[in-house]
Amino acid sequence: MIAVIDYGAGNIFSVKNALDFLGLENKLTSAKNEIEAADAVILPGVGAFSYAMKMLEEKGLTEVLQKQAGEKPFLGICLGMQILFEKGYEFEETDGLGLIKGEVRKIILPGLSVPHMGWNRLVHRNDCALLSGLGSDGYVYFVHSYAAECEVGNISAYCEYGREITALVHDGGYVYGAQFHPEKSGETGLRILRNFAELITG
Amino acid sequence: MLAKRIIPCLDVKDGRVVKGINFVGIKEIGDPVEFAAEYDRQGADEIVFLDINASHEGRGTMLDVVKRTAEKVFVPLTVGGGIRTVEDIRDTLRAGADKVSINSAAVKNPGLIKEAAALFGSQCVVLAADAKKTPGGHYTVVINGGRIDTGIELTGWVKKAEELGAGEILLTSMDTDGIKNGFDIDMLKAVCKAVKIPVVASGGAGRLEHFAEVFMKTNCSAALAASLFHYRELTVEEIKEDCRSKGIEIR
Repeated sequence: MIAVIDYGAGNIFSVKNALDFLGLENKLTSAKNEIEAADAVILPGVGAFSYAMKMLEEKGLTEVLQKQAGEKPFLGICLGMQILFEKGYEFEETDGLGLIKGEVRKIILPGLSVPHMGWNRLVHRNDCALLSGLGSDGYVYFVHSYAAECEVGNISAYCEYGREITALVHDGGYVYGAQFHPEKSGETGLRILRNFAELITG
Repeated sequence: MLAKRIIPCLDVKDGRVVKGINFVGIKEIGDPVEFAAEYDRQGADEIVFLDINASHEGRGTMLDVVKRTAEKVFVPLTVGGGIRTVEDIRDTLRAGADKVSINSAAVKNPGLIKEAAALFGSQCVVLAADAKKTPGGHYTVVINGGRIDTGIELTGWVKKAEELGAGEILLTSMDTDGIKNGFDIDMLKAVCKAVKIPVVASGGAGRLEHFAEVFMKTNCSAALAASLFHYRELTVEEIKEDCRSKGIEIR
């Protein structure tokens, strides 16, 4: 079972819809015991970095998630990916979950509109299990104004939008993060979610 | 860079797909969920549902259509028509829409854009503007399906909407809509020049080359059409292939 963390940040139902469509057993939850019992964790999120961290704190989920990230496949999506990092600067400097080294800062691009919103092409940088079976022409759907700045070794894929925008990250262990919305990225997105589910070992 | 988007629009009345010509002569043609799934298979980058007869009682039917679509279509969904309040927006997003488009209600109450953007984020607030050219050569905003000319100047209105927090403009030219002779390039250019947020071109697509044309002649981010797709005159795939062959970045 994949635990989809329900902490009041964002449209978790579209993630659930996509997992259901793929026939992957899942549950929307914020219960510690269910998260611990799950085979994998998906941390979605839409909104602000500081708000998301506050919600996780209030629900007492910060430490549970930090621990689970070392024990089972763990995927952050959009804001859920951003809070995997050490720090964010949306509204105020806020500590993230600190699972991947790096910071999340506002995208500033003269002449280009922000939010970076729409379909952009994933450029593969490092081998990554989530990109298995995907060619170099896969487009995915982005909606964000902040982007992760991290070590090249953690970047599985980026996209071009005035500069390189971190798109898919991996800590080298169980933790993955997608800045885009795989649940809104057509066939390519569904394949990435299926690849993630395949990390679950029986 | 971002790919240019091709967006099929489904005009929905009482849970069924219809398409009018110049907003009159509405004809019913099918189940919206099935149409959306077919457009997704063809490579649609986004799907727009427009509730064209959004009575209070009809809203539930539309939300059900959105919910059922979101269970099987995994590209962004935009829903418009009859959205008047923050509660309407919340219900629509909860049903599975990624964006809502606001038209007449924003003209009557521009504060709705600001309120919606603050609560749900600019990324999900689309300002839909219907406009036409005046004999004096200006563009004015029309509402209520084209029945009322507000006299509001178009470029000033879209600028204001952007300032209030709209994340995108969906511009329909009432002069070209249903005529199938191409998008209203001049009107689109004027709006693209006025705002930095993405502009979606709507109204007038009739042939394959009209899509590449709007992307080559304007800065529009997306092009929308309804009847062309409904009546299977063109597929999304055919349009994308034509754009690609002309060097336009397409998913």
